[in-house]
Amino acid sequence: MKVTELFRQGEFVVTAEVGPPKGCHLEGVVEEAKEYLSGLSAVNVTDCQSSVMRVGSLATCKALKDAGLNPIYQLTCRDRNRIALQSDLLSAAAFGIDNVLCLTGDHTKLGDHPGAKPVFDLDSVSLLAAIRALEEGHDLAGNELVGEAPSFAKGAVVSPCSDSVDAQLAKMERKVLAGAEFFQTQAVYDTEKFLAFMEKAKQFDRPVQLGIVLLKSAGMATYMNKAVAGIHVPDEMIAELKADKEKTKAGITGVEIAARIIRACKPYCQGVHIMAMGWESKIPQLLELAGL
Amino acid sequence: MLITKLKSREAIESLLGGTCFILNCHGCKELSFPVAEAEALEAELAAAGKVTGILTTDYVCNPENLQLRLEAHKNEIEEADAVLVLSCGVGVQTVAECFPEKKVLAGCDTYRLPGTQGVTPLEVDCGQCGECYLNLTGGICPITACSKSLLNGQCGGAKNGKCEVDPEMDCGWERIYRRLEALGRLDLLKVPTQLRNYSTDDEVYKQNG
Ligand code: SF4
Ligand code: SF4
Repeated sequence: MKVTELFRQGEFVVTAEVGPPKGCHLEGVVEEAKEYLSGLSAVNVTDCQSSVMRVGSLATCKALKDAGLNPIYQLTCRDRNRIALQSDLLSAAAFGIDNVLCLTGDHTKLGDHPGAKPVFDLDSVSLLAAIRALEEGHDLAGNELVGEAPSFAKGAVVSPCSDSVDAQLAKMERKVLAGAEFFQTQAVYDTEKFLAFMEKAKQFDRPVQLGIVLLKSAGMATYMNKAVAGIHVPDEMIAELKADKEKTKAGITGVEIAARIIRACKPYCQGVHIMAMGWESKIPQLLELAGL
Repeated sequence: MLITKLKSREAIESLLGGTCFILNCHGCKELSFPVAEAEALEAELAAAGKVTGILTTDYVCNPENLQLRLEAHKNEIEEADAVLVLSCGVGVQTVAECFPEKKVLAGCDTYRLPGTQGVTPLEVDCGQCGECYLNLTGGICPITACSKSLLNGQCGGAKNGKCEVDPEMDCGWERIYRRLEALGRLDLLKVPTQLRNYSTDDEVYKQNG
């Protein structure tokens, strides 16, 4: 089911992401998704996230779909040229997978095969353009497709709390012009910044899902502040997480913080996208606390 | 080695709004420069009253050398709406660095030829992509200044203006954005989606045997 259809129906679209395993057994990820994520609008499947080699996003999407979930196929431009990307999109359509999230992808040097060739033949914008071409019944080179053209809900990402938010908005516009129909954001911890961003993003008239990364510890927050683009966890939150450790109820504070952010931002966005990074089991509790 | 080819007449005309100062580089010997075509273009533009001055020189890729040569043409450059540079991509970028607030246009595409190249070690680089993008990027090469050679804007990996791959390196697209902002040309970020053509070097190589 296309998530764009859900947005159109006015649903507050809640999605979460799962990371495929480094191995060929999909039962674990499917079982976990069934247990904790089956109530959600859709489930993102990451594509060798952080440039770490794993089982494919497409295969995992297919397994989730067969298990009754609604997958969003994340597709990056890091590993495949335009021939392979278009081919994989047709493969997804052949499997009935109709949500795609288009990303440029991290550089190969950041992952577990730093010597690999970085491809980036396309990028997030030209990947969206490639999908649009396929939907029009031809490929990027203009050659006609056989039979009915595929159709996807085309998603993209944006960083509302980036230190250059004006450049992010410009890039968002470029993605809209290339065909992006919905957006999922990088993790937000600063509600004010997010609201200011949404005020400016309104002009593009595309649904935006607030990005949430569950904070597992103060250490994780400090690390992200140092190393992850577009993420800034304010000092008060880090203090809160530290205090949590003393009370030895580790975990719940991160969930409470996330729920607070969701409640504050909900009136200003069209959905929420949760990146639990192994804490999928806490998602049901988060949704309850957030009133979703 | 490399080859420069003049962009199409239509492409150059659409770039030039008003008047221009023209800078030809006949620098490195490896470089094959489209002399006849460039002269024809210059004569035509001059006849239309669009040229404030012309300088034919060498090694515009050397910033000190360039500054020295430009000294005598300050007024002509001041007067012009743009500086049209007919050189390889490194030359255009060096000129753009010299005039961060002036419209600096690349009139040529730079293609690769097998063999050795280059004389001056520089911070700016040209990947000889065969389809020069400098007119869309404020004179900063997206092929060499961005770790992923992205053509349609920054990847979202930059932190505090630094590239995700190398915290010592400024994000090329962050620099492009700031340059376009300074030039009042952020509209260039809305051009149609750009796709790189990896078959260009091949074609030129064949043509030139
Ligand atoms: S865009 Fe860069 S690589 Fe391509 S010709 Fe221009 S300077 Fe050279
Ligand atoms: S951070 Fe900037 S320079 Fe580095 S790959 Fe991304 S867009 Fe290119």
